[in-house]
Amino acid sequence: MAKLIELKGISKSFDGEKVLNSINLYIRDGEFVTLLGPSGCGKTTMLRIIGGFEVADEGQLCFDGVEISDVPAYKRQVNTVFQKYALFPHLNVYENIAFPLRIKKVAEEQIKTKVTEMLKMVALSGFENKSVSTLSGGQQQRVAIARALISHPKVLLLDEPLGALDLKLRKDMQNELKTIQQAIGITFVYVTHDQEEALSMSDTVVVISDGEIQQIGTPTDIYNEPTNAFVADFIGESNIIDGVMLEDRRVRMAGHTFDCVDGGFDKNELVDVVVRPEDIDVVSPEKGMLTGIVTAVTFKGVHYEIIVDIKGFKWMIQSTDYVAPEENIGIYIEPDAIHVMKKSKYSGMFGDYSTFSDEIEQLSDVDSAEEF
Amino acid sequence: MNSIAAAPHVFWAILFIVLPLFIVVYYAFVDSSGNFSFENITALKDYAPIFGLSVELSVIATAVCLIIGYPLAYIMARAKPKNQKLFVMLLMLPMWTNLLIRTYSIMAILDDGGFLNTLLNTSFHIVGTKGAVIFGMVYDFLPYMVLPIYTCISKIDKHMWEAAQDLGCNTVTTLTKVILPLSMSGIISGVTMVLVPSISTFYISQKLGGGTFELIGDTIERQFVTGALNVGAAISLVMMILILISLTVMNRFGNGDEGGIIV
Repeated sequence: MAKLIELKGISKSFDGEKVLNSINLYIRDGEFVTLLGPSGCGKTTMLRIIGGFEVADEGQLCFDGVEISDVPAYKRQVNTVFQKYALFPHLNVYENIAFPLRIKKVAEEQIKTKVTEMLKMVALSGFENKSVSTLSGGQQQRVAIARALISHPKVLLLDEPLGALDLKLRKDMQNELKTIQQAIGITFVYVTHDQEEALSMSDTVVVISDGEIQQIGTPTDIYNEPTNAFVADFIGESNIIDGVMLEDRRVRMAGHTFDCVDGGFDKNELVDVVVRPEDIDVVSPEKGMLTGIVTAVTFKGVHYEIIVDIKGFKWMIQSTDYVAPEENIGIYIEPDAIHVMKKSKYSGMFGDYSTFSDEIEQLSDVDSAEEF
Repeated sequence: MNSIAAAPHVFWAILFIVLPLFIVVYYAFVDSSGNFSFENITALKDYAPIFGLSVELSVIATAVCLIIGYPLAYIMARAKPKNQKLFVMLLMLPMWTNLLIRTYSIMAILDDGGFLNTLLNTSFHIVGTKGAVIFGMVYDFLPYMVLPIYTCISKIDKHMWEAAQDLGCNTVTTLTKVILPLSMSGIISGVTMVLVPSISTFYISQKLGGGTFELIGDTIERQFVTGALNVGAAISLVMMILILISLTVMNRFGNGDEGGIIV
């Protein structure tokens, strides 16, 4: 697959504050790429630069090998689905979708055929004459997608398009978007702060924090082989423990030496060690590699979420077996469940569940809608 | 509870709005001795030319206001928030002076021996022409055109501009295909708020018309001043009905939402 969009050393500041710091990224033709990061990380700004709504302070933006940094938005072969859809309230559903073709002065016959085809694709046949203000959020979303796709752009940019929808509808739309993308085979660049959305829809995930790319990879890579503490924490749950790499495939943490599958570090290099909560087995204290006291147990439906205090560090374990609070338990970790990472500026900031609460997680998820 | 709170307003409205309306209707349909008659209404045809002139001048003034006002409102709405406040302030400033005083001042400036001619050492004859009356109308009523359009444009979601550009509009088509239709309700409010006072004005035409011609507002005023209440009432009634009809038509045109503020 050829490189379709390429960002070379893109930087952008707003009011002296650096939002993007020397971003290098390429997006291949036909790929579903997700820009994933917390509120204010610069992901929306990146999308707006690709769309032509912001101009980068430094760096080059190339499209199909040609620099397009100075090409205005209306001349780019890129269309956007805006966060709040931005449908035209003075036009009905049909005219909204037909809008790009009318601007291009396409013949009426052709417009009719295409709009009908688009409406069918987004399952809105029969809604032609409805006013857009009478549609539900999900329906408005579909109109926005149809309107953005009708002039066959090479790339569709989606700015948190599902943010305003409720959970059930969001899941349905995720599947639908993926289906549409596969059906028409064009590149989707999708911005979200929802890691689950990113993992389930994307071919490639780009994790962004503080205006810098932290990791680029497939969803499996990002989850199983995070490059630093930020990625490990942001994608799913993880225990991140300070460790020492004794030699290849042997790491020491929490006072115990573990076998692992990683190598290539200096002897006795300080590292961050990631262990996913679902990869930890609860065993009797005698059989455990480590032992600790259970401080909290929460029933989550599929599993129990157990917080264990091991030498002052709170680990999270997900287990289908119940253990009682205050119980002394042992834990067992398979070598391939241990992932070793180099130290980064995010070391020590994440991965300890001593102040863990569900509410805090929820809060940090909600307010990321407004960032420009 | 609600009805008690509303009582003073209802009382006020009946005393000063509804009752005078009935008085106008009453006078329009009686002759000077108080008998029912259609005489006043049939007498109206004598005033058709004056009415025509009023419509002509006020329509021209409204058009000029729209042509000047729309770009101004657009520029204001797109300016930085800090500058927007300044613009609004500058626009409102003349309105703090009484309309009559402003009209007198224009007269003093444009008069044959006035400020302008003295300054330029010329002898333009401006006061007493249609142009001067139209100028007066535009000058006095321009803010009423700009403000509703400005409010309307500044309320348009900024994503509308981006969506238009994204979907292939350049600056011009963004304006004509998206922004103009979306600001239609502001245009309708502005047109109404300029057209209605322009068509019924009497002091602007008296002062700046220099007594050379008469508009329908002057006619109504003259009827009342000279005691011909019945004809004056009849003209007023017809004016009111015509204005109501045009408002209804315009409200239809603007989808009915928030358009056509009735002055």
